[in-house]
Amino acid sequence: MRQGRWKLNVVLGLGFAFLYVPVILLIIYSFNESRLVTVWSGFSTKWYRELLQNQQLLDAAWLSVRIAATNATFAVILGTLAANALVRHGQFRGRGPFELLLTAPLVMPEVIIGLSLLLLFVAMEQFIGWPNGRGFTTITIAHITFSMAYVAVVVRSRLSQMDRSLEEAAMDLGARPLKVYLTITLPLIAPALLSGWLLAFTLSLDDLVIASFVAGPGSTTLPMVIYSSVRMGVSPQINALATIIVLIVSVAVIIAALTMGRRSVKEPQ
Amino acid sequence: MKKTLANLQALLHGQDERRLSRWTNIGVPYLWLSLFFLLPFVIVLQISLAETALAQPPYTLLWEWAEEGVLQIRLNLENFVLVLGDELYRAAFLNSLWVALVCTLLCLLIGYPMAYAIATASERARVLLLMLVILPFWTSFLIRVYAWIGILKPNGLLNNFLMWLGIIDAPLTILHTQTAVYIGVVYSYLPFMILPLFANLTRMDMGLLEAAADLGCRPFKAFLKVTLPLSLPGIVAGSMLVFIPVVGEFVIPDLLGGPGSLMVGKMLWTEFFGNKDWPLAAAVAISLLALLVVPFMLMRRLEQKLEEEAL
Repeated sequence: MRQGRWKLNVVLGLGFAFLYVPVILLIIYSFNESRLVTVWSGFSTKWYRELLQNQQLLDAAWLSVRIAATNATFAVILGTLAANALVRHGQFRGRGPFELLLTAPLVMPEVIIGLSLLLLFVAMEQFIGWPNGRGFTTITIAHITFSMAYVAVVVRSRLSQMDRSLEEAAMDLGARPLKVYLTITLPLIAPALLSGWLLAFTLSLDDLVIASFVAGPGSTTLPMVIYSSVRMGVSPQINALATIIVLIVSVAVIIAALTMGRRSVKEPQ
Repeated sequence: MKKTLANLQALLHGQDERRLSRWTNIGVPYLWLSLFFLLPFVIVLQISLAETALAQPPYTLLWEWAEEGVLQIRLNLENFVLVLGDELYRAAFLNSLWVALVCTLLCLLIGYPMAYAIATASERARVLLLMLVILPFWTSFLIRVYAWIGILKPNGLLNNFLMWLGIIDAPLTILHTQTAVYIGVVYSYLPFMILPLFANLTRMDMGLLEAAADLGCRPFKAFLKVTLPLSLPGIVAGSMLVFIPVVGEFVIPDLLGGPGSLMVGKMLWTEFFGNKDWPLAAAVAISLLALLVVPFMLMRRLEQKLEEEAL
């Protein structure tokens, strides 16, 4: 196996090159002076300056961030409850359909989720008068519905790997289940909650298709602005925006990974 | 006596709390998913059987109270006749399945060796490599697809590079073809294939491979006889995460594909946003769903079976 290692390393190198070269090129050309994205004509940061003056884009970004944060918070709550149900409550009645409902959003094509939620909102508005118009609320509900499935996957794996002796000790000492959960279980699964939150946040920030269906007039999210601009052709401003997003996400992921890595080192296994 | 009573009360209270926790843990997510995931499909099914109308919302109601309290239900199957019978739709469905199949195989072909290399790397390297796989998964999907436009354009980076090398004289047409769709899909979905494969391969008992080697089995044969069958659950999980969403993919065929690469997700989008034909879009969604239910159930069954076998 050892002598085959170099072949595997070549495969890894090529694979990562495939994954990273496009993004790296994108970042390099965001500093290109020319409007022609693919012809290098000198270093410039003017696209970043233009970006900061694009009010429509900034508004959309702010709306997206608010939706993403609200979504992530609710998705973590619902996803954690669902993970508790699956790990802690064994073979309850209706577990099969429950698991099905929780797995399906992970693979369901976005166009189907988007269309079906829109039709639900329209029908609800027709019959019970809520939601009155579409926008922040409807986009957030739609995002929670698929994000919670991702959070459930992350929290579930952490919960099922968790050492339960601390919980049992607390129970033996007479602590009540809710107290045990809040003071012992939650801190132990906190890294999973954090990565679940971040995952739900980025999923929401990234979603074009579902948001396009359930958005109303006046609620344009960041991906919707990017999409309409991309459809018009490649623009250096989008390169600059992409660079900023990639930078923020990379820093967040690396910090999350480092804190989690340190935590798992500290924890006696 | 008093003490026993207090104990009993505490016990009952604990019971209550446990029941309450059961109800919240199961009930709340169940209710949410039923309301916002299951119920919508019922409504989509209902609207797919309606007719288009010049109204707000643009479809007719299925039921009507006729005279003397008779409930009249009218079902319109024309949308399904169109979706299932029309040449264009049939081509779009077939092409979507084809693209999903080809891309799943390509992801497997590229992703398997990568996952294997990561799983067999040293502990220290593994953390870093895994992070490198996850990182693109976190950065915007839309932006990663956009990056390929600049690369694949006729005067894009790839063509410029190849012409500079002197390999080609005239730019290749890649953008807005099926090839561009393949590239975009494999690029975007590769991490979805690598992660479950990696999770599966790291759990594998490497002692089995050593045993095979000790018994004189060649490495490649050991791989075919031991590693590959044991990693089947990972292969199934990864393929499911790629195949099913790709069949309904919209962004990639829309931005990278062309007229020759028709896909269902894009047809649905056009019917809805372009033609404002909500019932027809709903019929497309139901047909797509029906098409995906079979692989979804098959793969879930297989996953469960393999999980049981592993235990």
